[in-house]
Amino acid sequence: MSSLPPSPATEAASPPKRRARICAITSGKGGVGKTFLSANLAAALARQGERVLVLDADLGLANLDVVLNLFPKITLHDVFTGKAQLEQAILPAPGGFSVLLAGSGLVEYSRLTPEVREQLQHIIDTVAPRFDRILIDTGAGISEVVLYAVSLADEVVVVATPEPTSLTDAYATIKVLATQQQRSAISLVVNQVSRSGEGRAIRAQLQLVVDRFVTPALTEPGVTFKLELLGEIPSDTAVRMAIQKRQLLLEVLPGSAAAKGVMAVAAKMIGG
Amino acid sequence: MTTPLAPDHTTQLKMGAALHLLAQSGHSLPDLKAVGSTVWLQAVIDSLCDLSSRDPLTGLANRRQFEVALSREIDRVARAGEPALVLMVDIDRFKLVNDTYGHSAGDLVIQFVAHTLLDCVRPMDTVARFGGEEFAVILPNCAPAFGQTVAERIRRRVEAGVIPLPVQGSTSITISLGGAYAPQWVRSSAPLWIERADRQLYRAKSEGRNRACLEQPPISMVSSEEKGLLFGTSQFQDIPPPP
Repeated sequence: MSSLPPSPATEAASPPKRRARICAITSGKGGVGKTFLSANLAAALARQGERVLVLDADLGLANLDVVLNLFPKITLHDVFTGKAQLEQAILPAPGGFSVLLAGSGLVEYSRLTPEVREQLQHIIDTVAPRFDRILIDTGAGISEVVLYAVSLADEVVVVATPEPTSLTDAYATIKVLATQQQRSAISLVVNQVSRSGEGRAIRAQLQLVVDRFVTPALTEPGVTFKLELLGEIPSDTAVRMAIQKRQLLLEVLPGSAAAKGVMAVAAKMIGG
Repeated sequence: MTTPLAPDHTTQLKMGAALHLLAQSGHSLPDLKAVGSTVWLQAVIDSLCDLSSRDPLTGLANRRQFEVALSREIDRVARAGEPALVLMVDIDRFKLVNDTYGHSAGDLVIQFVAHTLLDCVRPMDTVARFGGEEFAVILPNCAPAFGQTVAERIRRRVEAGVIPLPVQGSTSITISLGGAYAPQWVRSSAPLWIERADRQLYRAKSEGRNRACLEQPPISMVSSEEKGLLFGTSQFQDIPPPP
């Protein structure tokens, strides 16, 4: 498909296969800016020259389409049901990256059946060689679909806001991922901070609780868990404006404080 | 074109030892008229495979077969995420049985435990003699809510059993069980998984034997203590940026 970055014909000749770095973006609580971050982070990474795909894995209540103002005829739903080829469902998004949208007909997939697992795994395996990075935008909560989507990723970004409910859910997510998936590192993005440095303080507080309650429960002794702050995004009216216009913040208000925050997250992601 | 397995004067297959082994272990081969045929050879191979994967005393899967089943289960869990449980089972004070009643009584006790284990689990489960008086059970697709129930059922059945002894009288024994679940969606390793179950077995032994201890599944709830620390007194105090 023309929407795909060209798959280099020389790839077959050069054995060391390159594969996209897969990054799951999750949060526990809904409405903290997970999809906003996925879309704008993808745009920011694309600006740095990366080939990025956003996979909308919020199979129950997807809204990446709303954020991007894209309402394609062919979605993941059609791929799952065999009505369309995977290539047909991969679309170019406004920010210079590609998207694979869940579509709204996927409510029946909000339960994790073996078919859903197979399909998601297959999709990742198929598209991974063609991109530098795949961002998986998971649904809210810690459901088995979310946990499965996260399990497919090389790295996990937990999005939280300073609100107590969001922090509690972010902590619960981190706890489950550390104990069930034996992750020893998770990245944190604190969205809607009201002052500079709030993200750092929140990371430290979360790390404190993890050290006290999660680390002793890890099944493999001697493993420590590191929460890394990937960045903080200031609370900014520009975000609401962009969302209402159904456009990417990085496109409409690239000079805003929040857009700069997203750019900084992208830079840190690439820089490691 | 020649069949590589065809016994002729240049490539004489030396089957004597294998056939002797099979006969001694009670394996019957198909009709002797077919000796040397592909069907017959296949039957010999199948019987040898079976022989090498079983424990002779109990007929259970042996350690080798157990490891094959376990690595297959690890693949499945990593791929499908279904919960799978491994139980390690050890006969309590087994040395005492041997010392008191002799080794043939010890064998009977081991056979009794083997049969009870087979009786208590589903056909899809793998029951193996892990070594000596230790057994291992793999329970694929076993929901965490049922693990303790299964382990407890095995423990009670063994405890209630009466084992007739070779010369006279009978005896009863108990077992200790330790269990651990494979981490879902994650490729575990056989030694790690067994070690976690073994740790629980050790706990069952040290808590007084005749009990089943299962590793607690990870808790996803956030306790009030955790919330207390999360929103505690030192709440989000500014931390100076790193130099």
